[in-house]
Amino acid sequence: MQAAQHYYIPSPSHWPIVGSVALLFMGFGAALWINHIEAGPWVLVTGLVILAWMMFGWFGTVSRESETGTYNTQVDISFRWSMSWFIFSEVMFFAAFFGALFYMRELAVPGLGSGPTGEYLWPMFKSGWPVSGPGIEQTFTPMGAWGIPAINTLILLTSGATVTWAHWGLKKNNRGQLNFGLFLTIVLGISFLCLQVYEYVHAIHEYNLTLQMGAYGASFFMLTGFHGFHVTMGTLMLIVILFRCLAGHFKPEHHFAFEAVSWYWHFVDVVWLLLFILVYWL
Amino acid sequence: MEAVHGHDHAHDHGHDHPTGLMRWLTTTNHKDIGTMYLWFSFLMLLTGGTLAMGIRAELFEPGMQFWRPEFFNQLTTMHGLIMVFGAIMPAFVGFANWQIPMMIGASDMAFARMNNFSFWLLPPAAILLVTSFFVPGGATGAGWTLYAPLSVQQGMGMDLAIFAVHIMGASSIMGSINIITTILNMRAPGMTLMKMPMFVWTWLITAYLLIAVMPVLAGAVTMLLTDRHFGTHFFNAAGGGDPVLYQHVFWFFGHPEVYIMILPAFGIVSQIIPTFARKPLFGYTSMVYATASIAILSFIVWAHHMFVVGMPAAGQLFFMYATMLIAVPTGVKVFNWVATMWKGSMTFETPMLFSVGFLFVFTMGGFTGLVCAITPIDIQIQDTYYVVAHFHYVLVAGSLFALFAGVYFWLPKWTGHMYDEKLGKLHFWLSIIFFNLTFFVMHFLGLAGMPRRIPDYAPQFADFNMIASLGAFGFGLTQLLFLYVVVKCIRGGEKAPAKPWDGAEGLEWTLPSPAPYHSFETPPIVK
Repeated sequence: MQAAQHYYIPSPSHWPIVGSVALLFMGFGAALWINHIEAGPWVLVTGLVILAWMMFGWFGTVSRESETGTYNTQVDISFRWSMSWFIFSEVMFFAAFFGALFYMRELAVPGLGSGPTGEYLWPMFKSGWPVSGPGIEQTFTPMGAWGIPAINTLILLTSGATVTWAHWGLKKNNRGQLNFGLFLTIVLGISFLCLQVYEYVHAIHEYNLTLQMGAYGASFFMLTGFHGFHVTMGTLMLIVILFRCLAGHFKPEHHFAFEAVSWYWHFVDVVWLLLFILVYWL
Repeated sequence: MEAVHGHDHAHDHGHDHPTGLMRWLTTTNHKDIGTMYLWFSFLMLLTGGTLAMGIRAELFEPGMQFWRPEFFNQLTTMHGLIMVFGAIMPAFVGFANWQIPMMIGASDMAFARMNNFSFWLLPPAAILLVTSFFVPGGATGAGWTLYAPLSVQQGMGMDLAIFAVHIMGASSIMGSINIITTILNMRAPGMTLMKMPMFVWTWLITAYLLIAVMPVLAGAVTMLLTDRHFGTHFFNAAGGGDPVLYQHVFWFFGHPEVYIMILPAFGIVSQIIPTFARKPLFGYTSMVYATASIAILSFIVWAHHMFVVGMPAAGQLFFMYATMLIAVPTGVKVFNWVATMWKGSMTFETPMLFSVGFLFVFTMGGFTGLVCAITPIDIQIQDTYYVVAHFHYVLVAGSLFALFAGVYFWLPKWTGHMYDEKLGKLHFWLSIIFFNLTFFVMHFLGLAGMPRRIPDYAPQFADFNMIASLGAFGFGLTQLLFLYVVVKCIRGGEKAPAKPWDGAEGLEWTLPSPAPYHSFETPPIVK
């Protein structure tokens, strides 16, 4: 039956409900923890462990299905559409925080330092950027663009090149180039994260720049923090892909998991460029 | 290979499928998942409805009757959150699951396992929300919009609501990615985009809106969370932030959200009216473009919810005109539905009654929306019962009536039985009468200045409030009749033919009733 080949439907699976249970635990655990209830962290960690188990199991099933040739062209196209739309949703998530940065910097802060608001409520406040806010007495030093951030920009741009080089290797079935390219990308990703941790420690201890430091502190840490979280996820995904490559997975013409991760990596790269320009530089 | 198998119907019907509870927990079937979505949303409709009864009981008479004021705030807040995220949105996803594969000639959704995950994320979110009533301080009472600074100051219930919103957002995004991919990649050969049924078109556009704005809501509540617990100042002027920032981010999500809740309703009605008018849908192409225009415009109108926060006149004018512009594509749609009925051989079975009722009452809600869009008027009626009347006209008489219409329309296909036509018609007439009894008077209350979200009111509002409360109790009880009709239809009744409505068009009517477990064994060819 030629047409029946057209469709692919997986059998019933218990992984979705395992994931739901994980999120139930994580939701309650996080809510308890931030309200200083002792059980909180334990409930949260239980949820995270269940989530990790679900991810191992579910993604493991998917890569086994892929390697045994279950996925036809239609499934491959479905994966491409879905990854594109997922990245679009991530773009919108970052857009919310970039929007908040724009609003505070261009509208809220100038509004507090001028007109009747500035005159009657905050007469001592000089608006400008970077700034914490009229009600915050402590001072901080803003993060410059041309130290670690510039190095990190170079690192991420290079990693975008190495992952593409690895992809070329995969396409011409040069497994050595593939594995080495991926390895380099992972090393660059981890270096980026290490430098960011160093930068954070430096910011908090030397610059007195914390999440509590008003408009600048909040937007700086939330934007770079969420980006860093995405780099962490991307690095973990790259590591999984490297292990799959070492196990002999992927063919020159069939390797969407690799491509999906590299799309994600490039997306994280572009977000960083925006961060570098809008958060660090300007 | 044993964990998976290709799509081979002859073999996967009986064996290797778990039964009982495990069938529902592990299913990868779009019909099972659609059924769970629909039952979940009905359960949430009853939960949110019970809270509404609590609100109307308190407002039955002036003075404080039953609740403390802060609990009244929790009732209005949770009523809104549960109805929006628990009842209306999942109900439409349930329709998408049941109908889209059947309407485009596919066997199932593109991602069957993820489909199940999208559904099963909802019960944990609902548990978080409902449990929040029982934590110290109770549920959040900040209104469904969760405006800062009130939402920054509340207790643990607020955190549970934030995490529930995160989980529901993840569910919506996964569901939407699945729906878009199914529509773009799983259509039967020959079904070009411009041959798709209108319901499929509206869901394609709705899913796009969901993917675009649910992450923004996630961002908004995340900033709320860090303001509450981690010392950020996004919504606090002392740190250079602004409570108005929350409103901007929220409504950038919130306005597309209201179209997320109405566009699939437009789709359902666009399937039903041609069927019972026995004429093709008038202006199909213009319907598609009108739906897309509404979606695009929805991104540039959000601040019409914020006319009183102190906006430059230029901003007020821009958002006023942009909002009024939406009346153009919406008008195109209403015109097309009426034109479809023009000179049709119409009959008025229950789905058609609900659709015509939808058309009539939703259009009234659209007009009051236009009234609210006019800045100087909005400044008068902001936060009054006029607004409450407006959005219940579009959400109850709009979304909910379209959902009822769709249930009656496709119930024969889903269950294999005809529903009880007499009881269905009774359900419609009771619903539309009690609905108008409840909400029409709220226009007068609002214009007379009664503020919303307040548990007590001045004595001059007493009569209209009593009418509204009586209507609300009647409307609530009527929905138990709906439950009875549906259960009766599932359990038995006249056998439904493959095409129970003689004017119906579309691939789903080429399948037997009840529809087979996997919709199309081989892709049909669409000419």
